[in-house]
Formats: sequence, structure tokens, C-alpha cells
Amino acid sequence: MDWLINPSSTGGKFLVMVVAIVLFVLVMAVILFAVDRPRRVPRWVVATAFAGPAIALVAVGLVYPGILTIVNSFKSTNGRDWVGFANYAQAFTEGQFQIVLRNTAVWVILVPILATAIGLIYAVLVDRTRFEKLAKALIFLPMAISMVGASIIWKFVYEFKPDQPGVSQTGLLNQLLVWVGLEPQQFLSTQPWNNLFLIVVMIWIQTGFAMTVLSAAIKAIPDDVVEAARLDGVKGVGMFRHITIPSVRPALVVVITTIAMGTLKVFDIVRTMTGGQFGTSVIANEFYTQQFRQANQGLAAALAVILFVLVIPLVIYNIGQMKKAEEIR
Amino acid sequence: MSQPVTVGPALVDDDVAVQEPGPRRVRGRGRIGGRAELATKRLSSPWASALAIIIAILWTVPSLGLLVTSVRPELDIRRSGWWTGLGGDFTLDNYTNALSGSGGLGSFFVNSFVITLPAVVIPISIALLAAYAFAWIDFKGRNFLFVAMFAMQVVPLQVALVPLIKAYLSLGINGSFWAVWISHAMFGLPLAIFLLHNFMKDIPPALVEAARVDGAGHVKIFLQVLMPLLVPAIASFAIFQFLWVWNDLLVGLTFSSTGSRPITVAIAELAGSRGGQWHLLTAGAFISMIVPIVVFIALQRFFVRGLLAGSVKG
Repeated sequence: MDWLINPSSTGGKFLVMVVAIVLFVLVMAVILFAVDRPRRVPRWVVATAFAGPAIALVAVGLVYPGILTIVNSFKSTNGRDWVGFANYAQAFTEGQFQIVLRNTAVWVILVPILATAIGLIYAVLVDRTRFEKLAKALIFLPMAISMVGASIIWKFVYEFKPDQPGVSQTGLLNQLLVWVGLEPQQFLSTQPWNNLFLIVVMIWIQTGFAMTVLSAAIKAIPDDVVEAARLDGVKGVGMFRHITIPSVRPALVVVITTIAMGTLKVFDIVRTMTGGQFGTSVIANEFYTQQFRQANQGLAAALAVILFVLVIPLVIYNIGQMKKAEEIR
Repeated sequence: MSQPVTVGPALVDDDVAVQEPGPRRVRGRGRIGGRAELATKRLSSPWASALAIIIAILWTVPSLGLLVTSVRPELDIRRSGWWTGLGGDFTLDNYTNALSGSGGLGSFFVNSFVITLPAVVIPISIALLAAYAFAWIDFKGRNFLFVAMFAMQVVPLQVALVPLIKAYLSLGINGSFWAVWISHAMFGLPLAIFLLHNFMKDIPPALVEAARVDGAGHVKIFLQVLMPLLVPAIASFAIFQFLWVWNDLLVGLTFSSTGSRPITVAIAELAGSRGGQWHLLTAGAFISMIVPIVVFIALQRFFVRGLLAGSVKG
């Protein structure tokens, strides 16, 4: 069975891949035809057969582990003794973790607001111009690459070379500083400003998403509204403030909450760029460090639960939005 | 965001506007006519053009730097900035080094493929069945289950990692491809069901009713009536899940071992252990990006459609 579990050669890996896909599609086909074969199958059997596998997987993979983690957050590091809220107290009172919470807050405030603002302005600027498609593609592309890749790209922008003869700066940002006559900086290790340089990476990734959704919303503004406003003499900033923004408000809210949810869980950028050192850690990264590096299970679980609690209001809000959308349909 | 002064002149400014000759087709929901009349050239204002160009440059130059650096000789990379090397020597050595030499990323690149394909197909097939049940079969607790499913989208993966590792260990598959596939399938399901259900709801019930009256069973309705209409929806989720899995770091880092490690994990480790070796890092990063970029550009239409159908992936 070892070839099936740990294939070593490239061919073996692809073989196992094909086996996995065929196996799954077969299981699905069996379910489909088993339900359909005997006529007059009771409805609940059909519903169970169709929705059962998905519900079971989600229950095993998300619901049960989630509950277990909540339980673990009230236990000691080795998971044996009940310690009440001690892990939470530690997370909120120890200086190191207060920095983590502060950083997460700064991320969640800055990224959604700035990414959405830039996305909206850009969408308005290039809307219905000759090079709209190309202009959008440029902003859109960072969405396709991994956060790890984006982190490498920006790490290179922030690269710092100590001042020595014969060596020039290879990081673009430091070279710009040198060109305007300033001293080069260690962007990634200067606290607390290094957090802002990490946040830039997330904004760079998320703006494309904001721009895409908002651009569609702008295009959906009815012509007669714009026309009427123009006849009333509304122009420029007035048009933007009184027509564009109110018209796309629902989309704005969706974009901001979505980006906020993504930002709460940011992990790849911090891990790749600084590893969470120099006071740049955020909740998702600190969870990983405590769980797998420090073997501090109780505290890690508490951090995961804090993350979960922070996401909940956004979820509730989004479900409300979904319900509204359903009603409109 | 209260007073965007800088964008002032950017917006519909008739006095300066140069009318486009003749009506232009405006993309997006096929509206012509009225919109085209309004298609004034907004970028006629120099401030607006300048702002748009500045944003576009800020968004492209960093990636350009990576690309240029990845084809420069190692010594040049260390001694001078990439902007000085635009006319210099080009070499592909960094790529051969990154893939098979000291970077050794080749096998991880293969792993990323092996991980991604099943991690896309498995949740799609399971989610299609579930979305069908939620959309077209009336059963008790349907709405509650569906909303619960949707809510699961935003459970941070972190809460699930440790219990899953324990489960995989007891099954003897921890660190194998199976662990990574199953994890991605589980984590991808809520979004898949939500997206596919949204698309299914948009299919006119009369179609399904007519098929039922004709005596078609669920399978027939599913395969012959719905599936052909769902191709865009499936493509839309497939590209989401593809990008998500290919670009993922957390799941790969947690559930894979050396033999099944995806390229993102390998690159992140390179960045940690050889932070100064930019010739390897830039080439490696570009190798890891090329696949998602190609997929993304080829299927951009579906991706945007999925975005606008209200998909949220956390």
C-alpha cells in the first residue's frame, strides 16, 4: 500500500492522483445511480444521498475540529487540566501578545479601507476609457499570484544593503531614498513602521478584487440616473459623492467585509516576509508559532478562538446580505 | 474617504470632454445605446490620467523588478539594482538552478500539480450533488443547513488544523497527498456549495418541473437538464479553487511532508533560509506564479463571474 500513500517517483505521484480522482468520481456515480434506481425512493433518502457526503465532510473537517479547539482553549498546554480563561488572560495581558492583537487590529482597519478606496477610485478613473481592459488587468493580476510570491516581490522592493563602498542599493525603495538624498532604511525590521510595509503587500493583492466588484457596480448604475444628475448640473466630485457612492454602497459594504475577513486570517505574508519577528506577528501567524514551534496548545487554541470570534460579526452581517439578495430574487 | 479631492476633475466633465466618434460598444451586460451616449472620455483631465497612471505603475513595477531580476546573472543581482540591468546580460541560469540545482524546486512543482487537480475535482463533484439537494429537493431543515454551510466558509482554518492532524495520524496518512487533498476538499466545500447553489437557483424552475412531469428521475434531471447549464458555474468555482489550492501555504505547511510539499511551501522556506539569494528566490517565485497567471488570464471571464456571484473565500 505504500506506493498509494507515499509515492516517491513523479510517475507514481501522477498515478496516485489519477486513482484519487477516479475513486471519488466513482463514489459519486454510485450514489447517484443507487438513489435513482428503485422508483419511489422516499425523499429524505434522496436528500441524504445528495447532501450527506458534503455535510459529513464539513462536519468532520470544520465543525468538530472547531468545537474541539474551543474546548482546548480552556485547557493547559498539554491538554490535560482545565485552566478556565487563563489562556485568554495570557493572550490579552502579555506584552508580546498585545502587540499581536494590536497588529491584527491595524491590518483589519487599514487593508479593507485602503484597498477599497484605491479600487473604487481606479474603477471610476478608467471606467469607459479606451484602455479600460488593459488598465484593469494590470491591477487585477496580483490576485492570481500566491501571497508567498507577492511577499517575495515586495521583499525585493524593500531590500536593504548596508552602506559600503562599491555596493549600491538593490531594493527599489531604498534606491529611491538614495536618489532623493535620504539614508536607506531597514524597512522590514524597523518597529513599528515595518507593519505598514507588510500591510502594503496585502493592499496590493486585494485592490484588484475591490476594483472588479465595484467596477461592475458602477456599470450597473442606471443611465437615466446619471443623465438626470447631469441635467441638474451635477459634475465631477458632486457626481462621485452624490451619485456613484450611494449607488454602489451595497457593493462597497460587501467588498469591505470580504477583504476584512481575508485580512483577519493573514498568515502567508507575515510568515514569508518576517516570520513574525520584529514585532510584526498577527493572530493567524502567532497561532502557528505557538502551536507548532512552542508546542503551546492551549494558547494556540485560544488565539484561534479569538480569530473566530472576530470573524463572527462579519459572518452574521454577510448572511444578512445573502438573505436580502435572496428576497430580491 | 470623505473628500476625494484628487479625483475631482476625473468625473464626467462635459466642458473638457472630447466626444468619441460614433457610439461605442460598452462591455458588460450588453448594454449599448444609452451608455455609449454617455461615454465621454473621462480621462481627458490631466489629473485623472496622472492618478490612474501612477496607480498602474505602482501595481506593476514590483512584479517587473522580479521578472527582470530572475533573468540577470547572479553577480549583477548582488551588485546593482535591476533597473540598471534592463540592457545588460540575460541568462536562464537562475531558472535551471532553482529547478534542479541548489534550489531543487522541480519536484515541488510536480507536487503542486498532483495536489491541485484532485483538490479541485473532489470538492466540485461532492458540492454539485449537495447544491442540487439544497436547490431542488424539498427536505426538512434545508434552509438551516444551507445557512450553516455558508457560515462555515468563514471558520478560520486554524481551528481545524490540529484535530485534523491527529485524525490523519491515526489513519496513517499524515504528510501524504491524501491528507492534503482531503483537507482542501473539506475547506473548499462551503464556497463550492454556495456558489453552485447560487447558479442553480437562477435556472428557471419550469425547466426542472417540465422534466419531472416527463418522468425524469433526479439523475436524469441532474445530468441532462442542469449540468449543461452549470458549465460556467463549475468553471467559475474550479478556477477559484485552483488558485486557492495552488497558492495556499497554510494547508501545505501543516499537512504535507517533504515528499508531498507544494512549491509555495518550498519557496517560503527558501525565503527564510536563503533570504539573500535573490537569483534563486526570484526565479523560484516566478516559476510558482506562472501556472496560476496563465490559468487566470485564460479563464478570467469565469473568475469575474464567480466574484460577482458573491463568493467569499477565507
